[in-house]
Parts: sequence; structure tokens; C-alpha cells
Amino acid sequence: MTLPSPGQRVLMAGNNAIAQGAYEAGVYFASGYPGTPSTEILEVISEYPEIRAQWGTNEKVAFDEAMGVAMSGKRALVSMKYVGLNVAADSFMVFPFAGTVGGFVVISADDPGMYSSQNEQDNRYFARLAQVPMIEPSDPQEAKDFVRLAFELSEKFSTPVMYRTSMRVSHSKGMVTVGERSEVPAKTFVKDIPNWVVPVFAKGLRAKLDAKLARISEYVETYPYNRVEEGSSKVGVITSGASYTYAKEILPDATVLKLAITYPLPKQTLIDFCARFDQVYVIEELEPFIEEQLRFWGVTNIIGKDRFPHTGEFSPDVVAKAVFDEEPVQDFSGEFDLIVRPPQLCPGCPHRGAFLALRKSGALVNGDIGCYTLGCLPPLSANHTTFCMGASIGNAFGFGVGGTDKVVAIIGDSTFVHGGIQPLIDVVYNGGNTTVMILDNRTTGMTGHQEHPATGMTLQGKEAPRLDLVKLVKAIGVEHVQVANPFDQKEMYSAVKEALEYQGPSVIMTNQPCIFARGEKGRKYTPFVVLEDKCTKCGACQRIGCPGVLPGEVPAIDEVACTGCSLCEQACKFGAIVRKGDA
Amino acid sequence: MSSVTNLILSGVGGQGVLLASEVLALVAAEEKAEVKQTEVHGVAQRGGSVVSHLRFGDKVYSPTVRTGTADILVAFERLEAVRYGHYLKPGGLMLVNDLEVMPGQVGDFKPYPAGIMEFLTGKGFKILEVPATAKAKELGNPRVASLIILGALSVHLDLSREAWDTVIGRRIPPKLVDINMKAFQTGVEIGTGIKVSASA
Ligand SMILES: Cc1ncc(C[n+]2csc(CCOP(=O)(O)OP(=O)(O)O)c2C)c(N)n1
Repeated sequence: MTLPSPGQRVLMAGNNAIAQGAYEAGVYFASGYPGTPSTEILEVISEYPEIRAQWGTNEKVAFDEAMGVAMSGKRALVSMKYVGLNVAADSFMVFPFAGTVGGFVVISADDPGMYSSQNEQDNRYFARLAQVPMIEPSDPQEAKDFVRLAFELSEKFSTPVMYRTSMRVSHSKGMVTVGERSEVPAKTFVKDIPNWVVPVFAKGLRAKLDAKLARISEYVETYPYNRVEEGSSKVGVITSGASYTYAKEILPDATVLKLAITYPLPKQTLIDFCARFDQVYVIEELEPFIEEQLRFWGVTNIIGKDRFPHTGEFSPDVVAKAVFDEEPVQDFSGEFDLIVRPPQLCPGCPHRGAFLALRKSGALVNGDIGCYTLGCLPPLSANHTTFCMGASIGNAFGFGVGGTDKVVAIIGDSTFVHGGIQPLIDVVYNGGNTTVMILDNRTTGMTGHQEHPATGMTLQGKEAPRLDLVKLVKAIGVEHVQVANPFDQKEMYSAVKEALEYQGPSVIMTNQPCIFARGEKGRKYTPFVVLEDKCTKCGACQRIGCPGVLPGEVPAIDEVACTGCSLCEQACKFGAIVRKGDA
Repeated sequence: MSSVTNLILSGVGGQGVLLASEVLALVAAEEKAEVKQTEVHGVAQRGGSVVSHLRFGDKVYSPTVRTGTADILVAFERLEAVRYGHYLKPGGLMLVNDLEVMPGQVGDFKPYPAGIMEFLTGKGFKILEVPATAKAKELGNPRVASLIILGALSVHLDLSREAWDTVIGRRIPPKLVDINMKAFQTGVEIGTGIKVSASA
């Protein structure tokens, strides 16, 4: 990547702009854990040699490390998908009681509309819960500029600052004028036990936090980036983030109060603004976060969630419907059979072999978060529950305690390192008869193939001590540990069978890489082909759920897609599938 | 709003829709005050439906295009032309690649829908069929289909050839610039040469 030079106006995605903003703000340390739509922030930051950047094992660890750097006096940020803040919430709630020394910014990337997420959650409430100021950019230029503002705010008030982005801001490109990096002088941590040992001094610190928030609330009343754009019509609009861009499209003549800081809200500014108009639209994606506070302050001339949806992503169409009752143009699904293109495990995905064996075993499978969540789809249909990262193992233990027979937890390598280790310790400690299958494809697949401790590579692709998962699970106390090849169905199935029959905790580790894992991309494959004269059209090869085995009465194999994994060959009882060239 | 050009590019993951959007956005960035481009980054698997929104002009706020307002829809695959057809303004221009990619199947088998081009023509859109996949094979590299499509599109946009050449030269790896330039030129000829079939 060639980095832009100061003064240049370049096209940048929001996440790249955030990274550039971190660079310009003199950030010293950045950590995080991958998760859509936040992942690129850290990946791009890793290209700036001035910033020490790293993947943490999970968001809580990444948070605590960045928080340590900030306490030591240097600017630090931590970046995560919005659900990551659930994981890091313990630290996020307590750290504000103490405040910070160097600037500390917590980036939370929300996903309204759940384009690639397990739930929909409005993380603005986290800022209120933690009593931490929050800033929200609307476009790539602001995405960059607001990083510096966030650090200034953090240092001015000695507080962590939440920087909330959303999928559309993070994943939209726009023109950005880039600037220079300014190095920020480091501050020093002063040993001051009554400030930094929070639990012992919590009561006093709580009062200090309230006082700090009162000062910030006063400050935001005149904050220049909370701005009013005067319009010619009689309509008032209060908005922030991506919603601002939609409001400007649909209500170009309205007077708009655009908020940069959405917590704490500028109470008097808002009340005065609303008093100027008969009616004011509060245009905010997801929950009525601003609206609720306005109503609490007695403002009644506002139109909010009575007209606007509280779920899903906004768009100009959504705003036009809410404001003018203008219906969007309907898609053609009513007139034409728009068959969908469902997400599927790739041809050559090792998870498929694991699911075929699990399906055959008849086990109840407690799944986790990753590409392998898709094992729930037909024809595999062998992942029966999934919630959030790390839940599989505890859930499987619980099913066992509840009396269900033959239960398997499945968990990816990245997810295991993120949140699977402690539950496995618990299973051993509490005498669970639980089988855990670690689907080790040597990468964090679903989020775009990031490294993690068990891949033995850093964020920058440098070698690091590799976490040996087999040794780890043995050290935890699991005695029955098997490593199995998911592309060898005999081996895979017998491993599952043996683990299920075994009394006590057991672990199966799969050992084949993702086709996109490091070093796998350039690999040459010999594809398989169908011998039509031997094919009985039984459809067994089509029931392994591989997109490379094409549908139709007589199956065919897509030679470009096929990686030669041989699962279709093993599914064929008639020897009608052979490696190309062996026919 | 009228000074803003609205485009939708659609296709199937792995076809180069995102690369084409990036090149197009960079070309627009050379000549226009503002450009916004966005797409949904789905999960890592291939073969899903991909749609990219692109807007450029003097002042652009929203990165997403309103339904029924796109000036041009560029479909890298036929079914994906129908899927996002409602974004196109009435009588708008649709560039459709000559490719049908069978959707992955979960559950009961569904054949590839027939009659796509007739359906779209019946909707009153101006349709330009671009045999990019076939032409790319003729040029000896199926991956340059997206540059052929961009070439055909360029004929219908107010962006200079110089800007296209600059961006292609900058964005495409040096070894591949020549074949991509050739592909682009092939597209330009298709875009100029073939009669746009106005309909109904
Ligand atoms: C708390 C939290 N952080 C991050 C994510 C984003 N995310 C989705 S799946 C995944 C990990 C996938 O890696 P792995 O477990 O190795 O499975 P694979 O996709 O490679 O099969 C991550 C980080 C999330 N859903 N929740």
C-alpha cells in the first residue's frame, strides 16, 4: 500500500480514513479483534510503521492492553465490532471511574441491518451506561477528522471516548483530504492509589465521574462540531452519523442540527433548537436514543420512532417513506422468480468434512460463530444452535447436564482462542462429559482471514510463537484428544464416534486449512470429474452441500471451483467420481 | 440532485464487481468534486450476490442510491440485473453481461430462471448486452471481462478517456496493464457499436 501524502485529496473508505486519522492523531498503540465492519481499521493501521498495532486474543484483552498504554501516558485506541464491546464491557464500565492519562479511544462499529452479524444492537447505549463521551462521524472525511477530536476530548477531560461508526460509514468511500501526523508528547503516570485502585475508592470516584460528566455536558453546548446548518424551509431536523447524509438528500432545505457528539447531548442547545420549529424530525438509525432524552426533558414537538423504523439500516428511501409517505420502488420478486444466492461453505472447505461426519453421527451440535455456523444449512443441517463467540462449549456442557445424549460443541480456532479456553477448563473442572471439536482451519475465516496466536503469525504477517492447541487442551486436563483429517471421512467419523463413546471430556481437532489461509492461495489443484457411464444419478455427491458439485439430474463438477478435496468421491458408492486424468 | 450521476453495479462474488467499482470511483475522483461508493462486505464465502452503489457530482451526501433513480445499472450477470433492476430509473440504461451463473443450492433444486432479457425489455429499460465474458475469453484472460464492461460503460459517462487511462495504469498491476487496456478498448467499441435496443 502506498500511503497518501499530506494535502492530497484521495478516495478512501471510512475504515481507511479512521486508520489515517489514527496516524495523524499521533496514536502510539492500536489493538483490536477482527469483526465486520471494523476489521480493516486495524489492518490499515498496521501499515503505518509509527503505530504499534496488534490483534488481541479477544476484545477484552485488546481493550485492557490499550487501556494500559493510555494509562502509561501515550495515545492508544482499541477497535472492534459492536458485539466486541459486550466482551470488553467489564473494563469499559469501570475504567471511566479513574479516567485516563494519555488519550484513549474505543472504536465500536455497529451493523444496523445485520449484514454480517448475529444480532442488532445500538451501542450508543453503552456510552450512556459507562458515562463516556461518544463521537459519531457521518462520512470518510469526518471518519478521519473525528479520530483527532476524540483524542483531544479524551485528554481534555481525562476520560475514555467512544468512537461509534456503523457499517455504512466504515464501508463507504468518499473524498478525504489527508493531513500530517503530529506527535503528541507522552505524559506520565503518577502513582495515585485513590484514583487508580477503583474498587477500594469507588464511592468517591463515582462522585468525581458525575462531576466530570456535568463538565462535559456543559462543554458540548458550545462544541463547534455540533453544528446547525440553516435551511430555508420551516422543517427542523436533529441527526448524526450516516443518517445525516440521508436527511440531507431527502430534506435539502431543512434546518439541520448535526450532532458530532451524541453523548452527552447538548441539552439546552437541543431544547432551544426544537423551540424554533413547529415540528422537528429526529432522524436516528436504530433505537430512539436521542428522542428518549428529548422527551425526558419535556420536548414534545418531535417526530421520531412513531414514523421511523427502530430496526434495520436507514437509507434515503427509508427517510423519504417516513417523512413523505413515499414508497420505495419495489423489487421484481413479485413478478419474477429471483432465486437467492445463499451463503455457502466454499468448495474445498474443511468444515464440510467435519459436518458430514457429525451429520452421520446423529449428534446434537452446539455451534459457535464463524464460517462453520453455515453448517446449519441444508443439506448438511448439522449445526443446531448458535449465539455468540465462545458459547458452544458451555452450551454443550449444559445440554449434557440437562440429559441430552450425544452432544458435540464445535468451535473455530480463532473463536477457541477468543473465548473457548475458559469454558473448556470449566468442563474439565466440573466433570463434564462433553465433546469439543476445534475446527482448526488455521485462520479467522469469516472476517477475511486474519492471523491469531494459533496461526503463529502477527497482524503484520511476522512470525510469532505459535500457540499449540493440542498441547493446550492436554494441559487443561483433557485426556482424550484426537487430531483428525476432515477430508478423510473414515478417520473423521471414527474420531467422532470414539469421542462420543468416551466417558469424560474429549477434544477432536481437525487439521486441514481454509483454502484462503496463508500459503494456500497459490496451491495447484487436480479437480475431480464425473464418469457419466458409471453415474447412477443417485444424487449422493450433491448432498454434501458443495457448490463445486453442480445441480442437475446428472451431476457435474465445476473444474474451476473444485479443489480436489475428494469428499464427493468418498460420497459416491459407484466409483463414478475420479480425479481428472485418472479416468 | 440532477447534477449527481447515480450508478448501480451488480454481480456475483468473485466476478470483479468490487474491483470495477473501485476503478470507476477512482476515475470519477479524477474529474468530479465528490464521489461516494459503497457496497456490502458480506462474509468471506464466494458466490453470493454483490451490489455496489456509486454516486458522483458536485455535492453528494448519501452513499446509497434511491430505488428508481439510478441512471445506469451495470450487471455482470443476468439474474443480478433483475435482482437490482428496481434501482434503475424508468427508461434507464442497463448494461448486461452475457453470463448466467447458477445460484448455489440449499434445499430443493431450482433451475436458472428463463426469460430474463425479455422480462427486462418488457420493463421499458434501454438494454445494452455486452458479451464481455465471451470477448474476455477471446482475449485470452477471462478475468478482464470487468474491464470490457467498464469500457462499454465509459461510452455512456461524462468521464474523460485520459482519466480512465491514468487510473487503469495506476491501479492494475504493471504486467496486466496491456491486456486490460485492450479489454477496455474492446468494451468501448462494444459500447459505441452495438445498437441499444430500446423497448416496448
Ligand atoms: C465478540 C465478537 N467478536 C468478533 C466477531 C466477528 N467474528 C465472526 S466469526 C469470527 C471468527 C471466525 O474465525 P474462526 O473461529 O477461526 O472460524 P472460521 O470462520 O475460520 O471457520 C469473528 C471474529 C463476533 N461475531 N463476535
